[in-house]
Amino acid sequence: MVKKLKKTNNMKKISFTLNGELRYVTIDNSDILLEVLREKLGVKSPKCGCDNGDCGACTILLNGKSVRSCLIFAAEVEGQEITTLEGISKNGLSPLQKEFLAQNSFQCGFCAPGVILASTELLNNNPHPSLLQIKEAIAGNLCRCTGYTPIIKAIQTVADRNYEKTV
Amino acid sequence: MPIPHDFEYAKPSSVDEALDLLSEYGKNAKVLAGGTDLANLLKQGFPVPELMIDIKGLAELYQIKLTGDELFIGSLVTFTTIIKSDIIKKKFNILWDAAHLVASNGVRNRATMVGNICSAVACMDSAAPLLVHDAFIHLKSKNNERKLPVAQWFVDNRKTAINEDELVMGVSIQLPKQKYAGSYQKLMRYSGEDLSQANVGVLALEDSSFRVAFGSVGPIPKRSLKIEHFLDQKEITAAVIEEAKAMIETVIAPITDVRATKEYRMHMTKVMFERGLKEAIERLNLLKN
Repeated sequence: MVKKLKKTNNMKKISFTLNGELRYVTIDNSDILLEVLREKLGVKSPKCGCDNGDCGACTILLNGKSVRSCLIFAAEVEGQEITTLEGISKNGLSPLQKEFLAQNSFQCGFCAPGVILASTELLNNNPHPSLLQIKEAIAGNLCRCTGYTPIIKAIQTVADRNYEKTV
Repeated sequence: MPIPHDFEYAKPSSVDEALDLLSEYGKNAKVLAGGTDLANLLKQGFPVPELMIDIKGLAELYQIKLTGDELFIGSLVTFTTIIKSDIIKKKFNILWDAAHLVASNGVRNRATMVGNICSAVACMDSAAPLLVHDAFIHLKSKNNERKLPVAQWFVDNRKTAINEDELVMGVSIQLPKQKYAGSYQKLMRYSGEDLSQANVGVLALEDSSFRVAFGSVGPIPKRSLKIEHFLDQKEITAAVIEEAKAMIETVIAPITDVRATKEYRMHMTKVMFERGLKEAIERLNLLKN
């Protein structure tokens, strides 16, 4: 853990909706949202991969849009809505998650939360995307294990059915 | 990685409030929009702002407005919004194309086009489209307002002509009074997200004139008036294209870095220039018929 070089007295309380619940947390202005979610709020699904927005492992939904939580300051999300994978599966697995399981789409699982959120956003906006649109939607989620094919296949399977908006 | 230096954070609810803060803090404040570049910089320990001014509460900066011939894009318009915009798709197609190629959707949902040109990294995607359309940057400070031609905006890699106390309100282009079509070509290492190793913007106009801009092959993106004058009023044959491609060697100065060698960039810029030129002409022909 890098020690903060400057003494901070900016500890302030913010609140935002996390997976449908109003949450309060005390932060420094320079606290990164990913770290606040993981370390202060115990939400472990978003991961730190590259720490600079390239790999997508930190993906969360902010007001329904997929964003890189490693590039957002916690202070910025005051009063807004965040959804993580924990929220998607709050009431049971979503159709996408069930299909990812059925088709054995993931191996180590590190990229999975980001992929699931990105594809959830895709299908929420476009229930029947083309192959190209699916690939583009997850282009920012890097996976080292699977070669992407089983991931794309699962999304395609769900896209071919009638899709009910998740979240 | 935690950011080593803390800062004050303000989220002004009016442009005037933001300008007051900028006037007070000057270079000790940083304007925060999408944050996809700034957050990275801060993690690396530099810059060290005293104050972060989050401008996302300023509603007027989110607009895309067509007034007569002037198309205005506010500074908080993200690349995702650009992609969803019918006006930009129809009237500013080269920027629309470029927006699709920026990073990935998770970045595009936050990153703003104006933020892209304020970071002014050499590989930025927004520059060539703005350059070929002779865009204006709209700047405001507490006591002043000005419109700067984009050709004067880029000063060096990561350096623009912005003053310490200024806020970019947005960017505008004057729509040409004749038919026009553009093409944006971006060289990436693979499909999906990547920074450009080289990029080319070409605008073809009905009066047989052209605008050509090169990015990521020099510290700042530039138009090439030399190539534009050469192409002007000519029938674009294979021979003309070859001659124009040869001129590129005198116009750009690519470097070798982790993404590509300068020889490769030079070679590929010529290839992309040809592709861009042909695509712009093809699109223009479709409009004419």
